[in-house]
Amino acid sequence: MKLLEVKNVVKQFSGHLALDGVSLDIPENTVYGLLGPNGAGKTTLIRIINCITAPDSGDVFLNGKKLRSEDVRHIGYLPEERGLYKKMKVGEQALYLAQLKGMSRQDALKALKYWFEKFEIQSWWNKKVEELSKGMAQKVQFITTILHEPKLLIFDEPFSGFDPVNADLLKKEILALKDKGATIIFSTHNMSSVEELCDNISLIDKSKIVLQGNVNEIRASHAAGTYRVVTKTNLHAVEFEILEQKENHHGFEQVIKLTSVKSNNQLLSSIMTQSELFSFEEVLPTMNDIFIQTVTSKTPRYE
Amino acid sequence: MSKIALIIKREYTTRVMKPSFIILTFLTPLLIAGMIMVPLLLAQINDDTVRKIVVIDQTGLYRSVFVDNDSYHFEFADQKIDAFKGSREKDSYAAVLYIPEDLSVNPKAATLFSEEQVGMELKSYVSGVLKTFVEEKKLVELNIPDFKELVEKTKVDIDVKTVRWGKDGEEKMGSAELAVIIGMISAFVIYIFIVVYGAQVMSGVVQEKTSRIVEVIISSVKPFQLMMGKIIGIAMVGLTQFALWVILSVILVTTLTSAFGTTLDIESYQQAQMMGVTSQLPFDNQDGVASELLLALNNFDFVQTGILFVLFFLGGYLLYASLFAAIGSAVDNETDTQQFSLPLTLPIIFAIYAAIYSAENPDGPLAFWCSMIPFTSPIVMMVRLPFGVPIWQLALSIGILILSFIASTWVAGKIYRTGILMYGKKITWKEMMKWVFYRD
Repeated sequence: MKLLEVKNVVKQFSGHLALDGVSLDIPENTVYGLLGPNGAGKTTLIRIINCITAPDSGDVFLNGKKLRSEDVRHIGYLPEERGLYKKMKVGEQALYLAQLKGMSRQDALKALKYWFEKFEIQSWWNKKVEELSKGMAQKVQFITTILHEPKLLIFDEPFSGFDPVNADLLKKEILALKDKGATIIFSTHNMSSVEELCDNISLIDKSKIVLQGNVNEIRASHAAGTYRVVTKTNLHAVEFEILEQKENHHGFEQVIKLTSVKSNNQLLSSIMTQSELFSFEEVLPTMNDIFIQTVTSKTPRYE
Repeated sequence: MSKIALIIKREYTTRVMKPSFIILTFLTPLLIAGMIMVPLLLAQINDDTVRKIVVIDQTGLYRSVFVDNDSYHFEFADQKIDAFKGSREKDSYAAVLYIPEDLSVNPKAATLFSEEQVGMELKSYVSGVLKTFVEEKKLVELNIPDFKELVEKTKVDIDVKTVRWGKDGEEKMGSAELAVIIGMISAFVIYIFIVVYGAQVMSGVVQEKTSRIVEVIISSVKPFQLMMGKIIGIAMVGLTQFALWVILSVILVTTLTSAFGTTLDIESYQQAQMMGVTSQLPFDNQDGVASELLLALNNFDFVQTGILFVLFFLGGYLLYASLFAAIGSAVDNETDTQQFSLPLTLPIIFAIYAAIYSAENPDGPLAFWCSMIPFTSPIVMMVRLPFGVPIWQLALSIGILILSFIASTWVAGKIYRTGILMYGKKITWKEMMKWVFYRD
């Protein structure tokens, strides 16, 4: 079932097309990655989903109904440019942000108590934000984003500025939220986290979607016929190219690429004539490779 | 609670809880009370000391001129001036007046000797009495028959009273001085409030932008709600402060007056008026300016002025504050605000000058036009108000002000909405005008 549906959204800023007919479907209870180089239009799309800006044309549907500004209470948004009031106390501020999302004071207090205990930060309640370190403030921001138990969570560059410990905590919490039934959109440059977390992605470049789909399917379809083989003795390039070759304690590990179209079995027999085979696996391209390949191939590099 | 109410509450409470606000709010009435009380107390203390002046009059002409009064006691001596030089006993006398020649022949002959610099008061007192005496003497020497009687007859004391006619023909004692004082005070208060609280709105917006909280908040509320919440919250802070100042000053002055037992009729009467107590004060034991001021105060319509003060304050504040908010949203940090806020502060400063000139000619063209232009009207109109302004002018002025702040809030809302999400871009006026016409 689709939780969020974006249909043919166009957004123009004075003379600059930020989004050009962007469509995407986000299935319920999945993690959706929004990828793309800087200035591609990701943040604009996220702002449209948050009703901060309105599209020039096109529609956004939440749960099959047209998105209205009241629906933002079902959305939790952690923007790329995020901060807190420096002079305000942590607890007071979290309470204020929760009430702005439409929570009652009692509910907000109860939820805050739970999360502050979970993150073991109860002692910060009466501290001013300026007394907190950046990492501490990020935890508070994360709590205020998810406190009202939104159905849809949007994280824009969530890992930028997070230290590795907090980034890991964040990843765990994102997956935990997914297990609890939330749907998560996140935009990032961190491709390894995409492979780890995302079910589906859209790659936006120059205001358009250039690649869309399930992460595993995309990786499989971008497979370039490379294999990692471990053999007893080193191989010689015969019907394949050797990209990498190194010796380790139980043999030779090499990455090879097919030069002519062949089935796996043919390749295997060709290897086996040269040496004893220990292991054989197809190397799927990383999202990072796919990202760079997609963006550069469609974009002539004049600039 | 609605979202805008939440924002107003936050803006209000965080500001009112600030130590600086509390200190300023409670110290200012002390200052005001001090400014009223100290000169009065000092005047009383000063009156008690009588200073001795030794007069050496070698002509013998001026003995009758110097008569003892509250401040000075005169003693006449025949010694040479040298006898006093350097031989002064402690506290024996304050100064020696030495007159060696006839002053009608040599007007510069008189000299005051003393070991400490002689005060202006004594100098002008001595020269004043001598001047009158010599002038009269010279006139007598003209040998006009019955001169004294003639002089007495020509002496008049002119005091122009100002009376305002009410609508139904009733006469109201007015006082031009009082009108100027009340008008200028209210104009200055509005000026200060617009500048101080307008700047608070601007820095509040800049802080929200630089601390990067703004996008978090506008994912919950509309940018316009956030802007209006801030503007209204800060307006309430301003009104709270003003109300506290008035109440605390009144309480302080009242208690101080009764504590010191000073009969400050003007002050106590003013307070009685401010608190809405209409009491009859005995005028018979006073005369001159004081009773006139009291009479004028009695006739002064504090309720009307108070209501119009709040109206013009809010109108002027909303007009300027929304534009200050727009500027705050467009810049990246506090230092950049200066170049953009100059076009806003200039009309406010111009308004205060226009107000000063309007006090001299409250119905002149400058006063009229400046009390119609919304950027100056809240300040200039306050000065004109005590002189009496036709109802149609008041209504027109307020109408223009309301329309302008609606327009300025609309424009500011448009700039604000785009500006708060714009980082690291040098903004120009042209760019800001473009934002006004963006859709959504």
